[in-house]
Amino acid sequence: MIELWRGLQPRARALIVGFFVLLLAAPLVADRYVLSVLTLILYFAFVGQAWNLMMGYAGQLSLGHALYVGLGAYVAALLWVRFGVGPWLGVFAAIAVAMAFGAVVGWLGFRFGVEGVYFALLTIAAAEFTRIAFDNMSFTGGSGGLFMPYEPGRLGQWWNLRGGQLLFYYVALALAAGGVVLAARLSRSRLGYQWLAVREDETAARSLGIDAFRAKMTAVLVSSGMTAVGGVFYAFYYNNLFPGQVFDIQRSIELILGPIVGGLGTVFGPVVGAFVLTPLGEGLIALTARLGIDAPGAKAVFYGLTLIAIIYLRPNGIWPWLARILGLEERTP
Amino acid sequence: MTWSIYLGVVVQGVLTGLVYGLMALGLSVIFGVVRVVNFAHGEFAVVAMYAAFLLFRSLGLDPLIAFLPIAAAFFVVGFALQATLINAFVGRSEHEQFILLVGVAIVILNGLLMLFGPDAQPANLPYAFDSYAIGPLFIDKVRIYSAVAALAIAAVLFAFFRYTAIGTAIRACADNLTGAAVVGLNVKRLYAVTFGIGLACVGAAGALMVTIADAAPNLGPAYTLLAFIIVIVGGLGSMAGALVGGVLIGVSEALAGFIIQPSMKSMFSFALLIAVLVLRPQGLLGRRA
Amino acid sequence: MSASAAPLLAVERVSKRFRGLLAVDGVSFAVAPGDILAVIGPNGAGKTTLFNMIAGVLAPDEGSIAFAGERIAGLAPDAICRRGIGRTFQIVRPFPALSVADNVVVGALLRNPGVASARRHSLAVLERLDLIDKRAQPASTLTLPDRKRLEVARALATEPKLLLLDEVMAGLRPTETDRMVAILGRLNRESGLTIVLIEHVMRAVMALARRVLVLHHGAAIAEGPPAAIVREPAVIESYLGEEALA
Repeated sequence: MIELWRGLQPRARALIVGFFVLLLAAPLVADRYVLSVLTLILYFAFVGQAWNLMMGYAGQLSLGHALYVGLGAYVAALLWVRFGVGPWLGVFAAIAVAMAFGAVVGWLGFRFGVEGVYFALLTIAAAEFTRIAFDNMSFTGGSGGLFMPYEPGRLGQWWNLRGGQLLFYYVALALAAGGVVLAARLSRSRLGYQWLAVREDETAARSLGIDAFRAKMTAVLVSSGMTAVGGVFYAFYYNNLFPGQVFDIQRSIELILGPIVGGLGTVFGPVVGAFVLTPLGEGLIALTARLGIDAPGAKAVFYGLTLIAIIYLRPNGIWPWLARILGLEERTP
Repeated sequence: MTWSIYLGVVVQGVLTGLVYGLMALGLSVIFGVVRVVNFAHGEFAVVAMYAAFLLFRSLGLDPLIAFLPIAAAFFVVGFALQATLINAFVGRSEHEQFILLVGVAIVILNGLLMLFGPDAQPANLPYAFDSYAIGPLFIDKVRIYSAVAALAIAAVLFAFFRYTAIGTAIRACADNLTGAAVVGLNVKRLYAVTFGIGLACVGAAGALMVTIADAAPNLGPAYTLLAFIIVIVGGLGSMAGALVGGVLIGVSEALAGFIIQPSMKSMFSFALLIAVLVLRPQGLLGRRA
Repeated sequence: MSASAAPLLAVERVSKRFRGLLAVDGVSFAVAPGDILAVIGPNGAGKTTLFNMIAGVLAPDEGSIAFAGERIAGLAPDAICRRGIGRTFQIVRPFPALSVADNVVVGALLRNPGVASARRHSLAVLERLDLIDKRAQPASTLTLPDRKRLEVARALATEPKLLLLDEVMAGLRPTETDRMVAILGRLNRESGLTIVLIEHVMRAVMALARRVLVLHHGAAIAEGPPAAIVREPAVIESYLGEEALA
């Protein structure tokens, strides 16, 4: 960790610290709407980072990551609503359940040689299957949804994540920052090297003594567990869960846009991606309103066109290109 | 006699499944030859549905005839799309292709949303509720007609790939790309033709589908997934596999929706997909890679 | 290299069939520690299949393979590497997005769990293989000869007792071939590294190998010192051709 910090140029260090301080101080100047957008950005920076570990480093394409968000959310929410267990304890159960599902998906894929697109389809199927299952389970509220009760008396109980926008903003900031630190540590660790080797050429990696199955399983477990923490946040932030929303494939797609647009396999890619895409979406809403285009879907059309443009012009993501321009090259491990 | 009800459900499933199979055939051709993960496949089908719907509403053109010009138009679109945008992504990593086509899907889906709104639009064909009485069963005429049309198109396609020079050239590309290029086949042009054919299938299938389902923008992602499930289960690279897979999925969804619950009908399909991916990745009729 | 020393690698009557095609037919040989054995023969003779069985990519249908006294036939490739056998691939497989140094670090991490010590070890290996100047370059930018040396460096970083080289000279110019031969010869002399190499480049075989095994249609047809092998009628007929003697 210290070695990573020392490896950065002074300019890069200043930028990182400066940016972080800005984010810390944001509530002083930002209104509630801006704070809510920032919270959303930081949430996506966190779950995007979790997905980035599995895809950007270990090279395993998961298109059903909403599965782990949903599982984390539902487990924590159920523990709270039915048993009064707070999120700081509930998160462990959430991580455990998500990891269990991740282990099954990973085992099915890696043990049976399901790779690439086929593995991606496997992850989609797992998420969809779970979505439909939850839709039909009354224990979880079914398709009607699970609601966290509104308890004004609990406001201020930060340990139960009952609070206002400010509380969730700082929790999201902590998560995003923690995600960056975790990615930085892992990427330069032995495990990180093994992941990269497996990603680049699994056969060659195995010939060098790397247990590819174990490396890939570790990636799935870390990624799913980390994503579940995002799910816990989601549950306590939005206070309502519907299987059709939480597990939806559109959520899985949403989650991966940030890291891909920002830069796969880089520590800051998911953060940059989230900071580019979310305001882009919000900005497009404002733009289409300003231009007087009233039709629903107009913003999304521009959004889709932007995606196409980015993946066409900067397939490695915005961050590597930006870093090169600013002279801040992230040393590729 | 309840068995006749079950039989009726199964037959409906088979007929619907044949139309799904035609849509999946388009994906099998695209995915199997050009090797692009077309995640906008279902959205194209929905565009075709709307096209057929519009032609019917404005010109009174029956979708069972309209599918021909629609398929032709889709061929041109597919050819152009592949030659311009998608060609740059052939051979690139899967996640890049995925994002590209997700972008295309978003544009299409929301474009449709802007033009037509979110509500489902039924075509309301005059004979939509007519049925043939065959034995104890009542089978919707529209399902029979569209299934027959789907089979006819598939047969034409099969003949094309088997007996024409271009068809053989395309199969060569799928089989051995380097070899095909080495013997002088214009791979880029063949890819464009293939993509055109693939989208033509989708166009025809979509037009046929509007006789049995209402057009709505949000059907796009569901149809995309359906097409992938059918292609994997039926077997990549096998045209018969796409049709067989379509029938299988059509029947299983019909039965699952009938026996268990309509909301759970896709669960079986996803479970089947997982099982096939893990245990028999070449699907029912596909070749082992 | 005394005759009474226990062999490091003992391959006994190993066979492999691919759906009716007998790729390797009852091949037996032994390699003493510190020895250099070259495996030669026409294409399709079964050389790479033999290698793949030793390296764990394939399991033999018959016969046994013992390494340092332990039976290793059928073990997975990563398990084989952990036991001390390193290998290179006929078509080189660098990690393209990683730097030259990091490619080797991946190998070094096997015996050096700490990343820092793995890096130090890698740099030492890169020095021996004359790649130290290119350590920060992405592997994808290397020329073929450099890629071949990188492949060897990476395998060496795992500190193997036995190194399997699959046509490592293919595509190299004579000067580069000599360079590689010099590096391998030095490694063998200085560290006692045992080497088994598949080769078509006879220049390298004659310069490096102490013994040669000749395969043809999956079977061993000759074994002995290089000078004797190139004169064997069976070898000339099946592989070398009369011109090789010129």
